[in-house]
Amino acid sequence: MSEGQVGAEQRLVTPGMVIGPSSGKRAGTGTIAENNEFIATRLGWLNEQNDVVSVLPINSAYMPRSGDLVIGFVAEVRNNLWFFDVNGPFQALLPMSLAPWKVEFGSTRQHLGIGDAALARIQEVDETHNMVLTMKGVGLRRLNEGAVVSIPVNLIDTIRGQNNAMLSRIRDATNCRIIVGDNGRVWIHGDAADMHVARQLIQTLNEEGHKNTFEGAVEALENKRGEH
Amino acid sequence: MGGYGDVKLLREDGKRLDGRAIDEMRPVTIEAGVLPAADGSAMVTHGLNVAVAAVYGPMEAHPRKIQRQDRAVIDVRYNMAPFSTGDRIRPGFNRRSREISKVTAESLESVVLVERYPRSKIRVEIEILAAEAGTRCAGITAASVALADAGIPMRDMIVGVASGKIEDTVVLDLDKAEDNYGQADLPVGILPNTGEIAFLQMDGDLSIDEYNLAMEYNHKAAKEIHEIMVDALKRRYEGGEA
Repeated sequence: MSEGQVGAEQRLVTPGMVIGPSSGKRAGTGTIAENNEFIATRLGWLNEQNDVVSVLPINSAYMPRSGDLVIGFVAEVRNNLWFFDVNGPFQALLPMSLAPWKVEFGSTRQHLGIGDAALARIQEVDETHNMVLTMKGVGLRRLNEGAVVSIPVNLIDTIRGQNNAMLSRIRDATNCRIIVGDNGRVWIHGDAADMHVARQLIQTLNEEGHKNTFEGAVEALENKRGEH
Repeated sequence: MGGYGDVKLLREDGKRLDGRAIDEMRPVTIEAGVLPAADGSAMVTHGLNVAVAAVYGPMEAHPRKIQRQDRAVIDVRYNMAPFSTGDRIRPGFNRRSREISKVTAESLESVVLVERYPRSKIRVEIEILAAEAGTRCAGITAASVALADAGIPMRDMIVGVASGKIEDTVVLDLDKAEDNYGQADLPVGILPNTGEIAFLQMDGDLSIDEYNLAMEYNHKAAKEIHEIMVDALKRRYEGGEA
């Protein structure tokens, strides 16, 4: 996944497990400090980096943050706005003023209907999880073709790799256009056969994501391509 | 003295009818991640009890009136399958399942970091497939493993255990006969790492000494079950490295 863990001892922790004394260190995500001790609050791998102790969760729900690139489906349409399902606990709102088109009041349905997929960015999230999306920005658009598949949120870093290195390798190996949203949705576009290969690769990730087998699967695919 | 006096529950050799010692628990097995559709799930067998728990969410709380602006609500539905006991149970919610759902939800709210998910709901479904006394304890154990499996942040997990009194003797983990004909039952939800109590109910009478002994048994059993819970969660991801 990320750097800093290379060579580090891997320890699986469960909620409530005492990690160790908190002296001189800070509590990161997935931990709380209580009685001078760190306690894990999630099931995951223990990670210590720059005096910050945190737990990398094995399984987690998507929690939206502003600036996230997300792939959403239209869940509801009003005369002047859309509601998107972005895989979070709440629906996100896209006002017609932040859509990339010149939208007249009442003509929202002509641009995006229920079930349509779109690439958008989260403009803001408040403390009660109200979200506003924007589609004004480079590359943000309606997704008219291709397919959207889901991956667990905690495996997004695995599929992207360092500086998107893994993602470009996957793009080359599968000959597909691929966009990974921060909300655990992946858009794939290419020939039917290529898309099938890409989907199978992501399926492997979904099934064996907690093991270190994904890079091997990508390598195998690259070698297979090389032979042809 | 309560109970049904003439039913013998202890053998001549001091053991119980099923051959257990007075401080011996029924065998417990736990498996995490049994339901593919749920965000987290677990199955617990405790003696002849079988409890399956599924966790969904956090999601938007509906209807809107149940939303809390500062925290998540935990919606627990405990249900016994009609075929879980000898006498068929009329399907659906009843007074007893409503009570157990409520105490389970309230104890889980004390460990889950609910303030992280304002206005949301975390749905916990507990289904009892087979019942032989102690289903609420098996249910709450299953629910905590399922919550951990779903990646919901928690202060600690909850272990459900029970002790009771039969023939004026305090015993750990009552089975069906002991529950029906015994004198007292003390189901407890224990936070294994701190020893805190998340819920406690008592049916029947115990003296202070008996209560203390029963709680001593409960704490000991909670530690044992907690190890099985941790093992179940680790087994789910065995061979894995971040």
